[in-house]
Amino acid sequence: MELKEKLVSSFMAFEDTVDVDLPVHDIRLDAIKAFEAEGFPNKKQEAWKYTSLNSILKNDFSVFPKETGALDYKDVKQYFIHDIDSYKIIFVDGKYSSHLSATTHDGIDVCLMSAALNKPKYKLVIDNYFNKIATKDGFSSLNTAFSAEGAYIHIPKNKVVEKPIQIIHFSTGNEAAIMLQPRNLIVVDENSHVQIIERHQSLTDNPTLTNSVTEIFANKRAIVDYYKIQNNRQSASLIDSTFVNQKQESLAKVHTFSFGGKLTRNNLNFYQNGERIDSTMKGITIIGDKQHVDHNTLVHHIEPNCESHQDYKGIFDANSTGVFNGKVVVEKEAQKTNAFQANNNILISDKATINTKPQLEIFADDVKCSHGCTIGQLDESAMFYLRSRGIPEKEARGLLMYAFSNNVLDSVKIPEIKNRITKLIAQKLGVNIGFDL
Amino acid sequence: MLKINNLHASVEDKPILRGINLHVKPGEVHAIMGPNGSGKSTLASVIAGKEEYEVDQGEIVLEDEDLEELSAEERAHKGVFLSFQYPVEIPGVSVTNFMKTAINETRKAKGLEDMPANEMLKLIREKSELLEIDRKFLSRSLNEGFSGGEKKRNEIFQMAMLEPKLAILDETDSGLDIDALRIVANGVNKLRSKDNAVVVITHYQRLLDYIVPDYVHVLYNGRIVKSGPAALAHELEAKGYDWIKEEVNA
Repeated sequence: MELKEKLVSSFMAFEDTVDVDLPVHDIRLDAIKAFEAEGFPNKKQEAWKYTSLNSILKNDFSVFPKETGALDYKDVKQYFIHDIDSYKIIFVDGKYSSHLSATTHDGIDVCLMSAALNKPKYKLVIDNYFNKIATKDGFSSLNTAFSAEGAYIHIPKNKVVEKPIQIIHFSTGNEAAIMLQPRNLIVVDENSHVQIIERHQSLTDNPTLTNSVTEIFANKRAIVDYYKIQNNRQSASLIDSTFVNQKQESLAKVHTFSFGGKLTRNNLNFYQNGERIDSTMKGITIIGDKQHVDHNTLVHHIEPNCESHQDYKGIFDANSTGVFNGKVVVEKEAQKTNAFQANNNILISDKATINTKPQLEIFADDVKCSHGCTIGQLDESAMFYLRSRGIPEKEARGLLMYAFSNNVLDSVKIPEIKNRITKLIAQKLGVNIGFDL
Repeated sequence: MLKINNLHASVEDKPILRGINLHVKPGEVHAIMGPNGSGKSTLASVIAGKEEYEVDQGEIVLEDEDLEELSAEERAHKGVFLSFQYPVEIPGVSVTNFMKTAINETRKAKGLEDMPANEMLKLIREKSELLEIDRKFLSRSLNEGFSGGEKKRNEIFQMAMLEPKLAILDETDSGLDIDALRIVANGVNKLRSKDNAVVVITHYQRLLDYIVPDYVHVLYNGRIVKSGPAALAHELEAKGYDWIKEEVNA
C-alpha cells in the first residue's frame, strides 16, 4: 500500500486514541480530507521542483509507534546543549519522555501539546491559536490530521524566560521505519522573551521521516529566538514547516543549522501583522555525500515600517544538493519596508548542486528590497595567503569556509550554542580550527 | 641563505620571469625595484610557493634545500615569509586566533607541541608593542575593515610573530602614511639579525631611507638588469627608470 493510502486508512485507528468530542477534532477531520485531496507534493509543483520525495516515501513507515523503552540520559546527553540550565521537552519515538524532560507551569507553560489539546485550562489559547497560521498544503494538513503530541509553550506577558527551552525528538529505531508527526505551538505574549532550541535525532540507521509543524505567535514587542539544529543521521529525513505570526514591534529570529539528514526541507514562513516588526532568518548548510537540504522561505510584509533579513550560507560537497527558494511579498500597504535577502554558496565538489531562486513580489512603491545569490569556489588568493603563513591546505580550506559561514553566527545569543555550532562546522569541514571562541 | 639561479617562471604559459639570479646571505637586506609589470610581485609569489606560477627553469634554494617541490605551507615552515601587498580579509577569525593557528601549525610541522597559552600571550604582547599595535586591534577579525596602513602593520606583526629566516616585503610601503611607514620600518629593523635576511620589493626609495638595503636590484622584463649599493635607489628616485630601459634595450 502506498504511504498516502496507509496514512488515510490509519486515521480511523488514530481516532481511537484521541478524544473525538473536542472541537480540535473537527480541525483534524478537515485536515485529513485536505490531505486526501492534496496528497504529497511532487516535482511538478513549482515549490518542489528541485526536491524529490520518491526515495523517502517508498519506505514502509509505521505510523503508530509502539510503546518505547526508556532512554538513559547519559546515552543521549551529547544531543542536548547540556552545559546550560534549560527547560526540556523530550520525546522518544513520538511519546513524551518525562524522565528526560524538565517542564514547568511556574508562571509560564512549558509542557505538552497532548495536555494543551485536552485540558480545559488551555482551551482559550488552543481556540485562539491552534492551526491558525499553518498552511493547508499536503504535509501540514497531514500533520494537523494526526496532531496529538509535541511541545506547547505559552509565555504570558512581561516575562523574560531566562532559561532556553530545548525540544528534542529522538527515534530509537525499534520500528523498521517510522514516521513522526510532532506538532508544536508557541505563544509569546506582549513584552515577553523566549529562546528555543529544536532538534530531531535518530539513534539508529532505520529510516525515519519526521513531518513537523510549528506555529509561533510573537505578540506585541515579544522577542523570539529559535534555533534549529539539524544534524541527524543520514537515514533520517525531515519536513519542517514553521509558521511565525508577528504583531507590532516584535522581533523573531530563526537560525537553521543544517548539517545532517538524508533529505531536509525547511518551510519557514513569516507573517508580519503589525508595524515596526523585525524578522530574521539565518541558515548555515554544510552537507556532503548524497544529502539534500531545501530552504523554502517566505516573508509576508503586510504592514508599513517593517524589516526582514535573510542570510543563508551553504557549503556543498560530494553529490549533495541544496535548494534555496526565498520569497518576499510586500503588500501595497507595506510602505517603508526594508527587506534583505542573501544566499551565498560554495560548491566544493564538481558533482554538488545548488538551485537558488529569489522571488520578490513587491506591490508597494516606497520600499528597500535587496537580494543576492552567489555560487562560487574558495578564493585561491585567500588560500595562498593562509598557506604562506604555514597553515596546511586542509586547515586553510576549513578556516576559509568557517570565515565564509561565520557572520551567520553573529546573531546567535547563546554562547554555548555558538560554541557547539562552531565545533560542528569544524567537524563537518574536517578541520581543527585550533582555537575556542 | 637564499640562492635563486636562472629562474624562469610563467603564469598560464605567459613567461614573466626570464632568468633571475639572486643570492642573499644571512644578515643582508636586498631591495628589488623596477617599473610596473617588471615581475617584482611574481618573484615574491614564486619564492613563497604560489601554485598558479609555473617554474619553467632554474632553482630556488633556501639553506641548501631546493624549494621547488615544497608547498607554500612547507616553505613557511622552513622560514619563508611573504608580507602581502593585498592581505586577505578573514571575517570571524581574530588576529590573535589566526596567529595562534599559524604558529601552532608551524610547530606541529616541526613535531613540537602547541605553544603554551601563557607563552603565546607573552609573545603577542611583546610583538604588538614592537609595532605599536593596540590590544583591541588584536581581537578584530583579520584584515576585515582594516585601513591600508593597519593591514600592512598587521603583516609585519605576523612577521614578528613567526620570526622567519627570509622575509619578503612586497610593496609594504604602499598605502602607508609617514608615521605608519616609520613604525613598520622600525619594526622590520628591530627584527633584523645576523641570522635572517630581508628582501624588500618597492617602487619608491622612500621606504629604503628607513630600511637601508645592502644591495639594490632593478628588475625589468623579468630579469635583474642592474645591481648596486643603496645609492642606486636614490639615483632611480631622481632619474626614473627610462635610462635603465634604454641601457637594456640599446
